[in-house]
Amino acid sequence: MLEIKDITYQVEENNQKINIIDHLNLNIEDGKFVVITGPNGGGKSTLAKLIMGVNEITTGQMIFDGEDITKKSITERANLGISYAFQQPVHFKGIKVIDLLRLAAGEKLSVSAACEYLSKVGLCAKDYVNREVNASLSGGELKRIEIATVLARGTKFAVFDEPEAGIDLWSFQNLIRVFENIRESINGTILIISHQERILSIADEIVVIEDGHVKKQGTKEEILPEILGTSAAKAACDKLM
Amino acid sequence: MIDEIQKQILEEVADLHKVPDGAYNIRANGESAGRNTTANIDIITKEDKSGIDIRIKPGTKNESVHIPVVLSKSGIKETVYNDFYIGEDADVTIVAGCGIHNCGNQDSQHDGIHRFYVGKNAKVRYVEKHYAQGDGLGKKILNPVTEVYQEAGSYVDMEMVQIKGVDSTVRTTKAELAEDATLIVHERLMTHGKQKATSVYTVELNGENSSTDIISRSVAKNESEQIFEAAIVGNTVCSGHAECDAIIMDKAHVVAVPKLDANNVDAALIHEAAIGKIAGDQLIKLMSLGLTEQEAEEQIISGFLK
Repeated sequence: MLEIKDITYQVEENNQKINIIDHLNLNIEDGKFVVITGPNGGGKSTLAKLIMGVNEITTGQMIFDGEDITKKSITERANLGISYAFQQPVHFKGIKVIDLLRLAAGEKLSVSAACEYLSKVGLCAKDYVNREVNASLSGGELKRIEIATVLARGTKFAVFDEPEAGIDLWSFQNLIRVFENIRESINGTILIISHQERILSIADEIVVIEDGHVKKQGTKEEILPEILGTSAAKAACDKLM
Repeated sequence: MIDEIQKQILEEVADLHKVPDGAYNIRANGESAGRNTTANIDIITKEDKSGIDIRIKPGTKNESVHIPVVLSKSGIKETVYNDFYIGEDADVTIVAGCGIHNCGNQDSQHDGIHRFYVGKNAKVRYVEKHYAQGDGLGKKILNPVTEVYQEAGSYVDMEMVQIKGVDSTVRTTKAELAEDATLIVHERLMTHGKQKATSVYTVELNGENSSTDIISRSVAKNESEQIFEAAIVGNTVCSGHAECDAIIMDKAHVVAVPKLDANNVDAALIHEAAIGKIAGDQLIKLMSLGLTEQEAEEQIISGFLK
């Protein structure tokens, strides 16, 4: 279980201190599929980064499976079983898709095992294993490879930051299927930051974050009707209109 | 004839674990340590100066020549002239490389002057690796000069690698291309400590539809210094591209000097250069996969230089 206790993340802008995350409390139970949503600028992505340790919280405490991880580094959190899929996947010159999957798996993954992960995210594996993880891949392809690295890690707690961001509608339809599959074969906790109704509709639990703290939390049945039609839950086609 | 240290250096510079197949000439501490010629590839010692002529018969296919050099005694300074005559329609791989092991206090220096005369429609893959080791005070110095004269339709692919241990290097590469000739260069360089490495390329595209692509990837660590100069001269309908991509670390210094010189309205020449540190998000991504910061850095560098 992940327990987030009264955390604050403060930045300084024009000599003013601003709380991007403002006394936020949240518990994520094991094995749940949780979607965090809410208006832009509300602090969702920041929270994801604080969970992975990319940014350090200003005050408060974070407990993962009973262990205080507040001061732990990214590497230590990764080794405790937290994974994180970037909103904007990183490019690497010279590092191939298979290299990245091997690093993620932490072992000398066979080509066929690597292909399995790529197939799970809807990529025809043989076309991709030996490609470099660079700008020659499209946004949608990079996003799927990013998700595949998290699958290859197979950790008990995975965070996905806006998996739908920056991909076209056609890729999006496929991406939803990927998450539906993950949903079915889940053997850990999944935390997704998303605005998309289709992703919200496969959640066990929905958390609405606004102004740096939790505004609502509950089951999909409780929360979804309240937020439909707001910016927290967009239908996939909205982008095109 | 070849001792353990020399053997290890040969592995580094020429990927040689044993005596190579095909033609070879191994030079150790200024003397010939082994030679083999084949029906199609002859190696002749020069009489007027130090060095060899390598003559490859027209039409020779799928053969290779290894000409590694090892310096394992401190204080050797040598300049060697090697000329390659590659016959028409030949398709060959040439592996040159120089390794220095210097534990002494005197400088060791090898300046290899390589000239390539590439015949019509011949295809050459050339690999040159530099490596040095030994912790004596003596410097390990390599100043290679490569000249390439390509006849019509020929294709040369050069891989220049210097990853470790060489204190000072000035690499000068000149090429002249006739019509439909192509020259591809991949340079990989890593400097550390107080090393200095300079690479100067001048490629003249003289024949119609000749083309070149010069790609350099380098990593400069500690207080090392790198200078990369690439000049492409387009004298006719031709295309040239140079790319210098460097990762700078610690207190290193990297200079990239582009020079494009077009003498014809149909010369299409491009130069790209980028110097920067390792991107923070690359480190974060690999750390989020469980690597330490140092391991992440190593992965990024080894991928970049691959």
